[in-house]
Amino acid sequence: MAGVTAFELSCAELSVREINAALSELPDGSVVRITEPRGRHNIAVGLTGRLDITIAGNAGYFVAGLCDGPDVSVEGFVGWSVGENLQSGTVRVHGNASECAGASARGGLIVIDGDASSRAGISLKGGTIAIAGDAGHMSGFMAQAGTILIGGDAADSLGDSLYEAIIYVGGKVRSLGADAQVSELGTDDVRLVGELVRSAGFSHISAEDVTKISSAKQLYQFDALKDQKY
Amino acid sequence: MCGIAGLQLKNPGLNPELGELVVPMLDVLATRGPDSTGVAVYRRDVPPGAQKYSLCAPASGYDWVGYLAAFERAAGVADVELRPRGRDAVIVTSVSPDRALPLIAGIDPSVRLFGHGAAIEVYKDVGPAAEVCARYGVADMPGFQAIGHTRMATESAVTTEHSHPFAVAPDLALVHNGSFSNYASVRRTLAADGVRFDTDNDSEVAARYIASEMQAGADLADALRGVIKTFDGFFTLLVAAGQSIAIVRDSFACKPMVVAETADYVAVASEYVALADLPGVEKADVFEPMPEEIYTWQV
Repeated sequence: MAGVTAFELSCAELSVREINAALSELPDGSVVRITEPRGRHNIAVGLTGRLDITIAGNAGYFVAGLCDGPDVSVEGFVGWSVGENLQSGTVRVHGNASECAGASARGGLIVIDGDASSRAGISLKGGTIAIAGDAGHMSGFMAQAGTILIGGDAADSLGDSLYEAIIYVGGKVRSLGADAQVSELGTDDVRLVGELVRSAGFSHISAEDVTKISSAKQLYQFDALKDQKY
Repeated sequence: MCGIAGLQLKNPGLNPELGELVVPMLDVLATRGPDSTGVAVYRRDVPPGAQKYSLCAPASGYDWVGYLAAFERAAGVADVELRPRGRDAVIVTSVSPDRALPLIAGIDPSVRLFGHGAAIEVYKDVGPAAEVCARYGVADMPGFQAIGHTRMATESAVTTEHSHPFAVAPDLALVHNGSFSNYASVRRTLAADGVRFDTDNDSEVAARYIASEMQAGADLADALRGVIKTFDGFFTLLVAAGQSIAIVRDSFACKPMVVAETADYVAVASEYVALADLPGVEKADVFEPMPEEIYTWQV
């Protein structure tokens, strides 16, 4: 890209607070490399600029959380809650992600090249999560809107108490959570998954062969008299 | 929150550096638990048959020499070695736990036993990790394995005796991140079987439960399977027993844990950031333990 300026910020020299402050002042189009992350938390959070940020190594919790604009790429694995509350932009994790990937994300795209741990996409509110590998238990828990694509297998209680979000699984589902159901894959679904697979750069998922999980909507209205257990 | 960390060295060449490797792990985890810090260090540095008793003084400046003399008189032995560390001390003796524990309870009830066994030494106190580790010189301690804890108290008071690890049987120590919800019931059951408790802490109940299961013949993994069945609540447990360490997480796996294994060591911690400075960790096999699965390692 013409006119871009490349910056390098080292976690060995700067605190995360200093790095985030520096990032928030960069003009749109800036290209930044963050070195020596060594598992530090809260790297590149709350940014609104159209930045191209690469984190050169393993990062900790909340990477790129609350962001509304930048493209963040992590050359390693990440801790809990990558892209939490993401508004827009992309986050790509080249390794595995720990728990709660994309929690509450309202927009944007989170791509995980490895596996995601438990509760991926918990309370998703409109964002898109594409996981190349497996996802841990209770993924998609109470997800309200948005899309989760799991290229590999899903562990127990997938989509528990799901609202309007849709989950697509390329591999096996160990068990569905309460009120989650397998539903018929339509042409719109195949087109959407196909586009998502392309944007994520995955080559191992066939859009026609995924399993679609959605809400059975039996928990939408709480029936105080049901079963009378309480 | 609390922080837990453990390091077991497969390569004995690293044993002299155990403390030096463990202290920064705990220091990083002080953000998860600034209230108190504790560590159980395992090393083979006593003659066969000898036992180490980790004793905590009621205050600094305690007369350990006088205590040692009283212990020798009461036990009828003359070969007890005193190793003072900060406020506290480890005494090394051939007197077996059956005899030594009642003596320790009787000589000075204000001196508390924090652990005992052929290899284990326990140091714990109120304060953040860097401070507590410096107080006891943990960085200078060699050994083959160690587990540690940084505490953010939720279930009971912030005192030295409420700090982790809880080391309640020979060479057995437990650190816990989380909170048990049914520990009072489990404690009543254990108490009815004659088990006695030092504190009202929930994690001590888990340590006593594991000790009691192992005394009845269970191995460490079996005892931890029993924890899953018996205890309700949130827990990631790290337990050291003799030459083993083991971890288990509850069915929700709400409390974090990361494992890094290389040819030289297995290291576990609440957060990867605590493992990031270990030698060769960039080439380690790094993973998160699955809920309700028992992982054990032995040197």
